[in-house]
Amino acid sequence: MSGIQKFFASRAGIISVGAFIGVFAALLQKWGNPGNMGICVACFERDIAGAIGLHRAAVVQYLRPEILGFVLGALLSALAFREFRPRAGSAPIVRFVLGMAAMIGALVFLGCPWRMLLRLAGGDGNAIFGLGGLVGGIWLGTLFFKGGYNLGRSQTTYASVGLILPLIILGLLALRLIFPQIPDQPQSGILFYSVKGPGAQHAALAVSLVVGLAVGILAQRSRFCTMGAIRDLILFRQGHLFSGMLALLVFAFLTNLVVGQFKPGFAGQPVAHTQEVWNFMGMLVAGLAFALAGGCPGRQLFMAGEGDGDAGVFVLGMIAGAAVSHNFGLASSPKGVGPHGIAGVIICLAVLLFIGFTMRQKSA
Amino acid sequence: MSNLVDARGLSCPQPVLLTLDRIKSLGQGELTVLVDTDTSKENVIRAAGSQGWQVKSVDAAGMEYKLILEKA
Repeated sequence: MSGIQKFFASRAGIISVGAFIGVFAALLQKWGNPGNMGICVACFERDIAGAIGLHRAAVVQYLRPEILGFVLGALLSALAFREFRPRAGSAPIVRFVLGMAAMIGALVFLGCPWRMLLRLAGGDGNAIFGLGGLVGGIWLGTLFFKGGYNLGRSQTTYASVGLILPLIILGLLALRLIFPQIPDQPQSGILFYSVKGPGAQHAALAVSLVVGLAVGILAQRSRFCTMGAIRDLILFRQGHLFSGMLALLVFAFLTNLVVGQFKPGFAGQPVAHTQEVWNFMGMLVAGLAFALAGGCPGRQLFMAGEGDGDAGVFVLGMIAGAAVSHNFGLASSPKGVGPHGIAGVIICLAVLLFIGFTMRQKSA
Repeated sequence: MSNLVDARGLSCPQPVLLTLDRIKSLGQGELTVLVDTDTSKENVIRAAGSQGWQVKSVDAAGMEYKLILEKA
């Protein structure tokens, strides 16, 4: 076991995991997921919010099995390698709000950092502005770290605390199995399904779930994190996680070339808009929120699977943020930002600055 | 300057940040770091290694790790 542990903690380990995610994310697009959206944690959590009726945007409702697989795969891996650590209590309500802000920002850009990379790998030039915003947001986060920003310690707690989010996920999987999609029907039992739009584009349930589980296991082992990748580079000049992120980009690009999914350009890219400033600003808000919360949205799912109840609260915040985004017209569409998207970005940025400036601790 | 960093319960990147700060002020010698996740353990060891600090010992106690780092 220690050999496996050593491999995943090594440079080769993190690169292998990034490459695996890049290849399979691109293949998931070939197998039915939306364009440049083989895996998008933000979009897929938003689709889950739609599937359970927290918002009623008809084109983005699907209970994405990849997300369920991420948490359950990380849980299995953490249990198998004795890394399940039930812990909670580090400013949970702040983490909920950080999750909301992260999602609102990500849905202005239209994607999480993983999808930003997949969009670049598919030739979507608009994602360059998203990358710039992400780096900018994380850089702001590092300034807060240097100024003493800290959400406080979590406590070790009952195993059941760490199991709550995985159990919710298991419950969602049960719903997905009990109420399967009925062709051309917008509803099956209590679940909503898109009949058109990105929510209607998806790989088969088993394929999505198996890839999700595999990614969950591998990412738990290697601590893959796209926010940490950029943060560690800026803060510590350390490129370990960054090499994994780069591998995701390169291998998704190569896979896209092989299967004919690379289409360079700015206009008409799948599920994307061309408003540079708001692509940048949306991702700046998301990047700052991920930095302040200590992990990209994928990493938050994996940590939730490892028993981190605070990461679980961040995930629930993201799902609530998705509901708010679509109910209040904050989310963008291929036509551009939503009617209140710009207001959403400004308010979220103000909230994040408030959190960053006021939550400082003298380190013990 | 104390040669103990208690990073238990802290989110990324705090354990690494605290360890590197202490390493900088100590310059050399021995440093004990307490962490409570495997991620923090790996991150602290990697960061200390980048500054030329070696791992002298890793003790697991329940759900915590006591890392002893040293630089001659």
